[in-house]
Order: sequence, then structure tokens, then C-alpha cells
Amino acid sequence: MTSPRAIVIGCSAGGLTALEVLLGGLDPRIPAAVLVCCHTGSSDVEILCELLARHTQLPVVEAGERAAARNGTVHVAPSGYHLLVEHDERFALSVDPKVNFSRPSIDVLFASAADAYGASLIGIVMTGANQDGACGLADIRRCGGLSIVQDPADAEVRTMPQAALDIAGADHCIPLAAIAPLLNRLCLS
Amino acid sequence: MAVSPDDIEIELFLRALQQRHGYDFSQYAPASLKRRIVQLSHSQGMRTISGLIERVLYEPGFMSVVLEGLSVPVSEMFRDPQVFRALRDHVLPVLASYSQVNIWLAGCAHGQEVYSLAILLEEAGLYDRCQLYATDFNDAALWQAQEAIYPAREAQLWSRNYAAAGGAHSLADYYSARYELIKLDERLRRNVIFANHNLVTDDVFCEAHLVLCRNVLIYFGDTLQDRALNLFRDSLRRGGFLCLGIRESIDFAPSARDFSAVDAKLRIYQLGNKS
Repeated sequence: MTSPRAIVIGCSAGGLTALEVLLGGLDPRIPAAVLVCCHTGSSDVEILCELLARHTQLPVVEAGERAAARNGTVHVAPSGYHLLVEHDERFALSVDPKVNFSRPSIDVLFASAADAYGASLIGIVMTGANQDGACGLADIRRCGGLSIVQDPADAEVRTMPQAALDIAGADHCIPLAAIAPLLNRLCLS
Repeated sequence: MAVSPDDIEIELFLRALQQRHGYDFSQYAPASLKRRIVQLSHSQGMRTISGLIERVLYEPGFMSVVLEGLSVPVSEMFRDPQVFRALRDHVLPVLASYSQVNIWLAGCAHGQEVYSLAILLEEAGLYDRCQLYATDFNDAALWQAQEAIYPAREAQLWSRNYAAAGGAHSLADYYSARYELIKLDERLRRNVIFANHNLVTDDVFCEAHLVLCRNVLIYFGDTLQDRALNLFRDSLRRGGFLCLGIRESIDFAPSARDFSAVDAKLRIYQLGNKS
């Protein structure tokens, strides 16, 4: 892969805690946009942003329709909408039917990000109770991006990372605590 | 970098739709459109998008399948109930000062929004002075909207939404249930005209006091979004209202300057009245 311009993260059950750890470990100088799709069941993305912002030095904002993905910023998918990235690295939303019983769906975000960023993308699948993200992670790899999967043995719920491993495979299958240090190394060196 | 085969196919597919059938999707937001086209090709058992092109060119009747696949009929009644509450509290009292009110629901899909608004107007005692125009570019969706028949499993969520929107009765007062379906009261559409209208190519057709167009423009690229907003501006009376989806952004559209926010968070705007 070429030097990463974006990091897309997908998680579900147990995802909030995992995100706190991951985002908390990120170097705020990171020259990449961070896009998060987390099935929370909550309808209020503002609360999710606030919760996450307490644990990281990076600004955490809702991914706004037509807004540009910014380096060093965490953009969170709003609930009830699929989040997509266009080729000009701005966000689009859709109310298309749920994918993997989810909206936002990790697969939808990952597939569009793979199209937009090609080989300059890192995809991460963490803890969760369904298979969302596995196909999207395969799309990312097919477009030359890098795949990181939380070690299922380390995950609060292992279904999602295990599905990602089975369907997409991983360049790095590592415990949660090792993900942020790896990202800092990949993006800042 | 070389253009990928599927992006070339999509461009050719869109050109075929436009030149053969007059439907222009080229200004749609590309990411969602691509997803839909790929899904359409899969649902039609095609290995590639090129297979769709042949059928669009040569198979009579296939265009309606394409329109079905490329339009978004997903909605619910009283979606985002707080919006309907705000319409009731802040917009309907203004509409009540007119003896005749025109309302345009643009991109009405299967009609859930139309009937939600109809109920709101009915309960405010305004329905009989209103003319509602419900438009969509997809005839099959319009047909379904007129039928007003929906899966019964939706009723629970819609009833919750209706209550949260401040509904005065029970949603069940407005439909009859049979087997797995509900059918909305036909009286709700006595002042509704359903008509085909394409925001991409068609023009102003009424002078409206309120335009409702929620989660339609999110599928449009910037240029097309601005065209639609211009169309809404030209259709609205001065001081008329525009209601968009609650996550939509018009910040990048030049025509946004013609509107001022009534409730910025709920995306309810008014034409003119800039302070």
C-alpha cells in the first residue's frame, strides 16, 4: 500500500470500549482522516461523539453530508443513514435499505472508501456480533488497501472479527491494544 | 491511473439510459448510484454491468426495472417525529392564514410522507383548504403511493412515531388491517394529486406554500442539488417553507442563500426573510 490517507474502522457489540482504547492511542499528528462506523443502537450520534472525545486528543465529529474528510479528525457515521465517501473525499449519506441488518453498514462505508482511496486506505474490523464489515474489508484489500482485524480471542464479541478473517483475511491480526501503535507507525513514519 | 472496468461500464450504462430513454442519472452522487447499479446487475443475475446495458437498449419494458432499482422507496410514516411536531407548531399556524394552500411533496416514493402530512393537516383542521401535489419520477412508486397499502409489520414503529410527533389519536384510526397488510383511509388522499415529475429535468408546476423533500437530495451531486433547490425556490411563494431531511446539508449550494432557517437543526427553511 501507499502512505495511508484514511483509516476506516468498523465495530458493533463492545465497540464503544474498543473505540475508546483505539482512538485514545492515536497520535494527534496523524496525517490521515479517521472514519468510524459503529452500530450503537442509539439514535444520537452527538452523544457517541462526546463519549469518544473524552478519550482521544483528536477532534471527534459527526460525518456531515457533503463535508470533506479531514486529516487528524475522527468522523463518526450518523445513525439511521449509510455513510459513503465520494472520490473527492467528501461524505455522502443514503437511506437505502439496511445491509447486514444495519444502517449505517460497515460494508457500505468500506466499499465506497476502497473506491475513493484505493491503496491509500487502512480498514479495521473489531469486536461485534454480526458479519458486517467482512465483505467491505475484502473490497479494501482488492483495491490495494491494508487490512487490520482485532484478534477474535481478544475481542469482547468475536463473531465480527472472525467473519472478517474468514472472508477478507488480514494483513495484521492483533489485539486491540496493539492497533493504535501500529497505526501511528504506519502513518507517521 | 487507469479507469476501472466497472467505472467505464457505469458511464456507458448511464449514457444508454439517457440517450435511449431520456433519464439522466449522470449528476447523481456517484457512490450510492454505483452501489445501486451493481446491486441491480446482481439481482438481474448479471455477471457485469455491461449485461444491463444490452437489456436497456434492446429489451422493451426493462427500463421500469431499472427505475425501480435506482430509486429509493425506503421510508416510514412520521419518520423523525420531531420534524412533524415542528411543522405542526411552527409551519401550520402560518399556513392557516391562507384560504387556499398548495403543498408539494417532491420525491414522494411510496407515499408514507404524504399520508403523514395529510394526517397532520387533518388534525389541525387545515386539510380541506389544502391541495397536495405528490410527485416522483418512478411511476411504479407513484402507483404504490396511491394504493396506500403497506406491510402490517411497519405499523408498530409508525404508531410510535405518530405518538412522538404529537398525534391526537391512534394511528390505527387511519388504517384498516387485513392479513399481513394495512391500508390507509382513502379519505386521506381526497386532496392529493399524484403526478410524475423528475427533479432532474422537469420544471415548476405550482405555486407552493410548503415544499417537503426529505432524503431525496442526498442522492444528488452538488450541481443537481442546486438545480433542485432553485426549482423549489421558484415554486415557493415568498415566505413559503422548505423542509429537507434532518442530515442534509445545503451549505455548499449557491441557492441556499435564498433561504433562511426556521429550525436549522430540523432543516426547515423559509424563502427570503433574511435578517
